[in-house]
Amino acid sequence: MSQELTVINDLYSRTGTDPHELDDPDVAHLVINENHVLGMHAVPGLDVDAKELDDGVKVVVNLRSGTIVKKPVHLCFGMTPDRGVQRIIMDVTIESGAHISLLAHCVFPVAVDVQHIMDARLRVGENASYKYFEKHVHSPAGGVKVYPKALVEVGPGARFETEFELIEGRVGLIDIDYEATCQANSLLDMNARISGRADDYIKISETANLVGEYAKGVLTSKIAVRDNAKAEVYNKLTASAPFARGHVDCKEIVQDNGVATAVPVVDVHDPRAHITHEAAIGSVDNKQLETLMARGLSEDDAVETIINGLLSRS
Amino acid sequence: MGILAVENLKLSLGGRQILNDVSIDFWDGHVHAVVGPNGAGKSTLAATIIGLSGYADIEGDILFEGQSIRELSIDERARKGITLGWQEPARFEGLPIRTFINASANGDKVDAMAILEQVGLDPDDYGNRAVDKTLSGGERKKVELASILAMKPKVALLDEPDSGIDIESIERIFDAVKLLKEQGTTVILITHSLAVLNQAEHAFLMCHGKVVDKGSVARIRHYFEDKCIPCDHKNVPELYNIEGQA
Ligand SMILES: Nc1ncnc2c1ncn2[C@@H]1O[C@H](COP(=O)(O)OP(=O)(O)O)[C@@H](O)[C@H]1O
Ligand SMILES: [Mg+2]
Repeated sequence: MSQELTVINDLYSRTGTDPHELDDPDVAHLVINENHVLGMHAVPGLDVDAKELDDGVKVVVNLRSGTIVKKPVHLCFGMTPDRGVQRIIMDVTIESGAHISLLAHCVFPVAVDVQHIMDARLRVGENASYKYFEKHVHSPAGGVKVYPKALVEVGPGARFETEFELIEGRVGLIDIDYEATCQANSLLDMNARISGRADDYIKISETANLVGEYAKGVLTSKIAVRDNAKAEVYNKLTASAPFARGHVDCKEIVQDNGVATAVPVVDVHDPRAHITHEAAIGSVDNKQLETLMARGLSEDDAVETIINGLLSRS
Repeated sequence: MGILAVENLKLSLGGRQILNDVSIDFWDGHVHAVVGPNGAGKSTLAATIIGLSGYADIEGDILFEGQSIRELSIDERARKGITLGWQEPARFEGLPIRTFINASANGDKVDAMAILEQVGLDPDDYGNRAVDKTLSGGERKKVELASILAMKPKVALLDEPDSGIDIESIERIFDAVKLLKEQGTTVILITHSLAVLNQAEHAFLMCHGKVVDKGSVARIRHYFEDKCIPCDHKNVPELYNIEGQA
């Protein structure tokens, strides 16, 4: 087996995904370890170009108009060493009427001092759809710093859905910065689930500007902070077109000495638009806790069960 | 002495005496009912036995298998084998029903899917749904019962087990009570419903924070039917919101 394949198998084995899925010719994939491209496979209509730079990798993805990619595209960004900086510059264009779903794994299994920087620009064309699930698997040491940044344009009638999951291993530091502009009749759904412990630091800043009529946007954050972990969520929805609709939702469970802040901002510039927000921050619900304890779970196990439920993929 | 006993239990909440010298001995392996009108103190008694927060400041004692459990936490009581099925069970965002049932089994391997079937919920429809707001009150009650079947407790306090349950599935709830008894669980039905009382073998009648009578179901049923409860507080007719009567 080549060294590349060994690394790919090693990374995937940490994610609960079978690396043999990559053998399927209908599954496009891109595997990057540190700043090296280890594997790449495209499917008809999908062009992927990955260029290694001095300090990172530049990835250009183009999905041609009307192309429907049947199986989820696999992306894997790994750092097998315990130290280093990984920088990925992504430029993604989904042309009109094209549909794609991506499954990204970010795996830093032994990180002691690792930075993962993602700088993405995404354009989702008219009536196109882009569905993205990013799952992080971090080391238990807490030595990861993750900076995901994305600038998104959601075209008329397009759908943009992202889900971000970081519940395995320690967060370390995460600083999410997403901004999206949404045209008429488009739909945007951004969802993050993150579990922090020890001195983890979580910052989420998501902004969606609903600039087109009937544009819809939902920003959801579900976070748990235990021990001395800190979370700050600044989610903002603005609506400047008639009949734009949106909701900002933030749930944070705070245990021990955890600290959580939620600053939902809703900004409406058209009387026919409608935006709501909801933030619930606090310890686990007492009745939930007592229910599980009445089945014999210790208080700690009950808290774990409640948090795992809240943070599970719905 | 029975498996569970409360002795001269007194509890005040918000400056009012809610439990007023309650003594009950629950015999092992039986299905008991604690009946009485709304506000009698039945749910308070159940909360005190399991040890919910806010119900700890008691006088008297609670004995399980002959030993006092009044200083034990909820989970310690549960690990001895006592549990409570809530009148209004909690909802958990995102927690799959299957996970909830398995967690309740405390490390024992159980067939969550088969247990769902036992309480009248189709496992294919419900196994992966969350124990959340999208469940109706009746569905949530059935999930609560399923988790108790999985736990196999020695004593199960079931607070108003028929509330929110439609007529068609009420028999499934009663079947589950029989199943618990067959598993060896002592069942305590907390109820103001005649239909539920009829599932018991033995009953205690509570009124105004006191046990005012005990005996066979036939004997206690008689009070229900006559709307006559012999206790020393002044009866307020509206209190007798008793189901199952013409
Ligand atoms: N936390 C509380 N503070 C004050 N009064 C309470 C509290 N909980 C229950 N009560 C009162 O105690 C009485 C008994 O309530 P409960 O045990 O729920 O009755 P039951 O279950 O028999 O209908 C009621 O009058 C109720 O209003
Ligand atoms: Mg009650």
